[in-house]
Amino acid sequence: MNIPSKLIEEAVEEVSKLPGIGKKTALRLVLHLIKQDAKATYGLSDALKNLRENITHCTVCHNLSDDTVCSICSNTHRDHKTVCVVEDVRDVMAIENTMQYRGVYHVLGGVISPMNRIGPDQLTIESLLQRLTGNQVEEVILALSTTMEGDTTAFYLSKKIKTLEVKITAIARGIPLGGELEYADEITLGRSIITRTLLEA
Amino acid sequence: MYIEKLNVLNFKNYSSEEISFSPEINLVTGLNGSGKTNLLDAIHCLSLGKSAFSTQEQNLILTNQPFLSALGFFQKGNKSYEVRYDYQKGSKKVILLDGKAYDRLSDHIGRFPVVLINPDDQKIIREGSEERRKFFDQLFCQIDHQYLTQLMHYMHLLKQRNALLKEWKEGITKKDFVLLDSYDAPLIRLNDELHQKRKQYTQHFLTYFLLQYKKLTEDKEHMNIVYQSDLFKSDFPGLFQKNRERDQILERTTLGIHKDDFLFTLGEQTVKHYGSQGQQKSFVIALKLAQLEMMREFSKTEPILLLDDIFDKLDDERIHHLVHNIAGTTKGQIFITDARPERSMEIIRLLKREIRIFHIDKGKVI
Repeated sequence: MNIPSKLIEEAVEEVSKLPGIGKKTALRLVLHLIKQDAKATYGLSDALKNLRENITHCTVCHNLSDDTVCSICSNTHRDHKTVCVVEDVRDVMAIENTMQYRGVYHVLGGVISPMNRIGPDQLTIESLLQRLTGNQVEEVILALSTTMEGDTTAFYLSKKIKTLEVKITAIARGIPLGGELEYADEITLGRSIITRTLLEA
Repeated sequence: MYIEKLNVLNFKNYSSEEISFSPEINLVTGLNGSGKTNLLDAIHCLSLGKSAFSTQEQNLILTNQPFLSALGFFQKGNKSYEVRYDYQKGSKKVILLDGKAYDRLSDHIGRFPVVLINPDDQKIIREGSEERRKFFDQLFCQIDHQYLTQLMHYMHLLKQRNALLKEWKEGITKKDFVLLDSYDAPLIRLNDELHQKRKQYTQHFLTYFLLQYKKLTEDKEHMNIVYQSDLFKSDFPGLFQKNRERDQILERTTLGIHKDDFLFTLGEQTVKHYGSQGQQKSFVIALKLAQLEMMREFSKTEPILLLDDIFDKLDDERIHHLVHNIAGTTKGQIFITDARPERSMEIIRLLKREIRIFHIDKGKVI
């Protein structure tokens, strides 16, 4: 791409490094900012700078946080006896959006996969186990992806937690709401049959 | 089931070609290297989502072209289906059924069954156990979709376990036996499930095989297929556990169905070491025809039979016998390649079925 201005070129270069953004989109964004009031650009750059300088990981649950302890962990109205274990920050947001969960979280930072050189030590498993020892946690909910790596991690965690006298549960797997049975894959449908629930009238 | 029409673009030595086939017999002729086998391979790709000869997609693309596409029009149970196989250099191959891409390639396997018989098949007998597992797995995967998912699952876990053992050996991570347990538990379960299926399907296969072999030869020898597996030993879970130390030293998993073998015997002896050339050839063809019969039974559709250069080194009488047998086995669509068509032509004519002949020259049908 031939950009006449060195300044624009530099900005485009930086913006296009972001995932999902190509050179053309980057140029469009940059030109848009130039067209806007200068405040818009400063607002963006200040926000990004501020974010980079101040964002941190919660020391309790390892979620991304503004403070050393995140807003969920420091919220006394939440149920600290229940810990939901997830892979990353996006999963926390997904579960928060359901408005169905009042407990706290633990973010692992991934799943175990020796092929990709990710073992228990690369994740926040040790910190989870410490959190569960001697503390008042009564239940751990494993909310991991239903991939083979997710299953391995869940199996590993359940073995590790077993000795700690904490109740371990896993989120249910089954047919999505509004889904038609004929379109469900065999494995999901098969599991749903096996783990069927009692219907109370 | 049969393929009505094939359209290939940049596939091996074909730049662009559209061919309409007979639902009965199609004889493909041409000099060596003209592209007879490539035509069969295109059909193989559409059916199984992969080439029968090359594991790397980019080798299937015509030289200096960026992509390939094969499009097949199939007739199955009075319905038409359009299967497309697309591959572009640097991206993943895509298989589309009636214009819609599959989420998982594995969902396509077994829907349009084909059986290929090829001189290369001799390696099922001659080479290591991997070839025999490949032959039986390909069959079992096509007739039982769950078997396919279980096998993929098994292979994936095995790779992870071996990667873990390697890391331990190299001292990259400290040994955590709970993590090893996390792989062993599902592996032991899948070993058992896959073993039970292999046992059951091999037994089923054997009945088809023995009938086919008897029809193919005058042999009075007793042929057999013996399924061998670590899983036949008593207390496999305990054995697996005990073998952990060995596994750690060797950095790989030494027990399990990935070590299974299928022993082909002739009386008291092995076909591999004591079978004559003729016996070995008949053995392989019987394996393949049994495969066809088993696929027909499970898929409830007639597989397409691809016969690649199988008349080579056979005398007329043997060809006669073989063709007769094949005709007795399948009423479905057949593709035959032969560099010297005059010899097979006469014999095939005796079958009194519709024959269409294609002459290939340098990737063109003329």
